[in-house]
Amino acid sequence: MAEAAERVTDIGPPNYQQFLPPIIKANYGKWKYHEILKPGVMMHVAESGDRLYTVRAAGARLMSVWKIRQIADLADKYCGGHLRFTSRHNIEFLLTDESLIDPLIDDLKALGHPVGGIGNSISSIVHTQGWIHCHSAATDASGIVKAVMDEVFPHFANRDLPAKLRIALACCLNMCGAVHCSDIAILGVHRKPPRTDHETLNKLCEIPNVVAACPTAAIRPAQVDGKESVQVIEEQCMFCANCYTVCPAMPLNDPENDGVSIWVGGKVSNARHEPMFSKLLVPYIPNNPPRWPEVTGTITKIIDLWARNARNYERLGEWIERITWPKFFELTGIPFQKEHIDDFKHAGLTFKRSTHLVH
Amino acid sequence: MAELPETPLLDELEKGPWPSFVKEIKVAARHKEACRDLLGQLERSYREKIGHWKHGGIVGVLGYGGGVIGRYSDLPEDFPAISHFHTLRVNQPSGWFYTSEVLRKLCDMWEEHGSGLTNMHGSTGDIILLGTSTPELEPTFKGLTDLGFDLGGSGSDVRTPSCCVGPARCEWACYDTLKLTYDLTMSYQDELHRPMFPYKWKFKMAGCPNDCVASIARADMSIIGTWKDDIQQNDEEVKKYAEAGLDIQRDVVENCPGRCMSWDGEKLTIDNRFCRRCMHCINVMPKALAPGKERGATILIGSKAPIVEGALLSSVFIPFMNPDDPEEVAELKEIVEEIWDVWSEEGKNRERVGEFIQRVGMGNFLEAIGMEPVPEMVAHPRENPYVFYALDEEEEEDEDEDE
Repeated sequence: MAEAAERVTDIGPPNYQQFLPPIIKANYGKWKYHEILKPGVMMHVAESGDRLYTVRAAGARLMSVWKIRQIADLADKYCGGHLRFTSRHNIEFLLTDESLIDPLIDDLKALGHPVGGIGNSISSIVHTQGWIHCHSAATDASGIVKAVMDEVFPHFANRDLPAKLRIALACCLNMCGAVHCSDIAILGVHRKPPRTDHETLNKLCEIPNVVAACPTAAIRPAQVDGKESVQVIEEQCMFCANCYTVCPAMPLNDPENDGVSIWVGGKVSNARHEPMFSKLLVPYIPNNPPRWPEVTGTITKIIDLWARNARNYERLGEWIERITWPKFFELTGIPFQKEHIDDFKHAGLTFKRSTHLVH
Repeated sequence: MAELPETPLLDELEKGPWPSFVKEIKVAARHKEACRDLLGQLERSYREKIGHWKHGGIVGVLGYGGGVIGRYSDLPEDFPAISHFHTLRVNQPSGWFYTSEVLRKLCDMWEEHGSGLTNMHGSTGDIILLGTSTPELEPTFKGLTDLGFDLGGSGSDVRTPSCCVGPARCEWACYDTLKLTYDLTMSYQDELHRPMFPYKWKFKMAGCPNDCVASIARADMSIIGTWKDDIQQNDEEVKKYAEAGLDIQRDVVENCPGRCMSWDGEKLTIDNRFCRRCMHCINVMPKALAPGKERGATILIGSKAPIVEGALLSSVFIPFMNPDDPEEVAELKEIVEEIWDVWSEEGKNRERVGEFIQRVGMGNFLEAIGMEPVPEMVAHPRENPYVFYALDEEEEEDEDEDE
């Protein structure tokens, strides 16, 4: 018992205050305004007159301890060992000496971590684990993200867009990355019903939980070859994989039928338009590793169209809403098909219920 | 040093300007056999277009029900060093602030006990330690607590709360997001480490309506900074923006969702009575405009991704409160705990609180936790006339008769 008593638990995270740089401690809650000085660099000015320079660099999300140590070295060299990360996997160096900004940017470039992603630009893609670490992935995550960011990189490194553009990727409908309110969402999809392993199901899974897991009630308890198992009404399956999440004996992964869908026009910010969900643009693109050219091609096409046509500060979804969806489909050349029309709960709210049409 | 496996497909992802995760794994693979096998298995996934991880498996550290995600290769004979390759979620400091010193200590600990691969950070906000074996879980946990860190949430528990940079570096922060995040995290350590709910519960703290942590899309309770009084306005600076070429009429006034601004070429006039606190004008002219001085937050409830019953955005629950006032935070915690009681009692397995509210009705939910409905909670009142009028009076009469 003595040993158990010594075991430390429930201490929570370290108190953030010990990691704040002195300039932030001195000006906490007393910032007056900020300016974006150039791509990836902003200056916050405090009421005291103090100036804090933030240099934002691309992270890889997946980083080794050997890389993190190099990043720590840069923080020591340029900003007293102080740095932070952002909600989109970026690394931010917090400088007080303006003259060190350019040398830091050069060192970051040499390390393979370019600077950008602030203001009217594309920031890093929020994403999930994919084939690197997940059992339910319908596609890889890091690979598509790398391929897309390589393609759209000029919009990360420059502020050349009408507004900010946020891309997110989730490798299945579980959406660990919660991509459903992004300007552009890349979402891994399954398209075949679960392959039920009747031999093991009753040993691995609680049948009532499996039945309850199905949002369309397509799963029923059944005896198969004398074994307690479940039966799937395949016409009712919408491939959400929630059954697989609660029961390993119902895998949906399928190399020939898994792939990605592309969704557009969501946002979380309250600025101008209220927050909105992303809407379906391309129902299915087959997985094509290592660089998913059909995905990157579609995304660059959407971004180019928006960048050429949108007004200042108009997010992708706001632009589409103004020009109307039929016009947007016409501009993209992407065929509108059955899958684009919602048929789940509240589907009727997404039908066009007026004559406000552009002819 | 062992040779790296041949990875012609992954090698393609070392090219290009964006940081390469393949390079990161290759660096780690020079030190760790597990990372060599990870490379080999990932190349196989790229060739076969399918993942090679088995489903879950319950592993953890003593006394905790969350924080460790069990992961096993489905090709253990080909890739024995990742036959188990579990993930640990580590609760990040508020605002993701670090010193180089603490990062190096974390790196040393993780090089000793695991793969040396991380995610900085996972999408919920945790530091992700990516891949170790079952016998190394307890030593890793000991290593973490020695450094003052603890595990984050997973499964049906309070997930690791997270927040934007807040007053540490943002003039728009309407309350102290870092402090509230730390406070809630420390208050609910038991709920965070020991799953006891129908499903997950996420808190996300955003300092202003720009919502840099996407709380309105992802949090069961979204705490979004806002203000009550007038936008702070500096007319001299407004003029300077106009002189510098900003088209105030087109880019500011015409984008105002409350249509409460006008610009005569000299002076910007805001009818603050109809300001919707959207942030657009402030975003465009940060030197000239700022949120008011009477600051606080709107509390919203119920957002989630699609699984199980469809995606939801959070909706208004408390139109305005001040999270910097300890008494108001204490009241908020009481409400949160009341919600947890009702949801734990009545909620179905894997039913998020937003779905629970959809199922039982917002009105009934409010009644169950003892809150009054207010018009801010709805986009508009109901359109359908099928009202569930309370049957209380009749029931009381029935009871009288029985007596």
